[in-house]
Amino acid sequence: MEIKVLKDILSANNRIAEQNRQLLTSKHIIAVNLMSSPGAGKTTLILRVVQTFKDKVRVGVIEGDVSSSIDTKKLSEVGISAIQINTGGDCHLDASMVNSALANLPLNDIDILFIENVGNLICPGGFDLGEHLKVIILSTPEGDDKPYKYPLLFTIADALVVNKIDLLPYVNFDMDSFYHTVKGMNQKAALFAVSGITGEGIEDWGSWIIENLGKVRSVKSEPTKRAEAS
Amino acid sequence: MHEMAITMSMLDLILAEAAKAGAGKVVAVKVVVGEISGVVDRCIQTNFDLMSRGTLAEGAALSFQNVPKQARCRKCAHVFHPANICWACPECQSVEFEIIAGNELYIESIEVE
Repeated sequence: MEIKVLKDILSANNRIAEQNRQLLTSKHIIAVNLMSSPGAGKTTLILRVVQTFKDKVRVGVIEGDVSSSIDTKKLSEVGISAIQINTGGDCHLDASMVNSALANLPLNDIDILFIENVGNLICPGGFDLGEHLKVIILSTPEGDDKPYKYPLLFTIADALVVNKIDLLPYVNFDMDSFYHTVKGMNQKAALFAVSGITGEGIEDWGSWIIENLGKVRSVKSEPTKRAEAS
Repeated sequence: MHEMAITMSMLDLILAEAAKAGAGKVVAVKVVVGEISGVVDRCIQTNFDLMSRGTLAEGAALSFQNVPKQARCRKCAHVFHPANICWACPECQSVEFEIIAGNELYIESIEVE
């Protein structure tokens, strides 16, 4: 006997993600899922945003790495609430990992929650974590051809942040061609060019997140929407 | 590597559907996988063979329907398959388009006894 199923394979993950999103929204927190290759500058850019907006917003971080707590240590040293998830080999975060981490964060003291995904341009793309924004960071030494090679992330991003623009004179990265490519494949994506070292562009990117925080907070507290039936 | 987590979710879903139908055995599973979903059929197959051992789905034949990525041009509405490093509409050369297929990842149906 054949049974029609027609269900998303990740529907169990998506249900937990929806619960996470509702919890975060009810706490007036915007969650930003940061995805990039390893070494693109995710932690450095978080630190820069904290530094630039320290009087305006309170930042919390969920750190995903295969192992170690190097990044959490860096963040905790400057007073940021940070929870480390060590995936122990898994190449991405999933919604239940984030759900456990949320239980250990001071949600009443956070405005922006950065979820720093495991450095990887492929696997994190399929897993909704319950974030409000998906942000892809690409650093200039990686090259401007990455959207063609790893299209999924670039087509689903709400924003693309090009980091390490201070290295542009030394690397082969054509900014115009990159913008042209990603704007073609993803019309909704906001584009930012930043440098974690000089701080250039951080104000623009951070302001965009804060603007979106306003949108999350303006969502009227509707009766809890049931996550899509399994 | 993330195929491990995906296969686990898939197996949970299959076993839940089989239990709902009161089935004694799952003999076949049809899976739909889009070209840009980032999921590799043969990894799913290998993981499934291992993970399904001792369950109702042990030995079930997996078949994959692969969906090519498709884009619709925002200028002339032509539907095309973007390939290699030239993601441009072959009709009007515009590089502005919507991705309309290729992101699928779902179970179409299962065959049970």
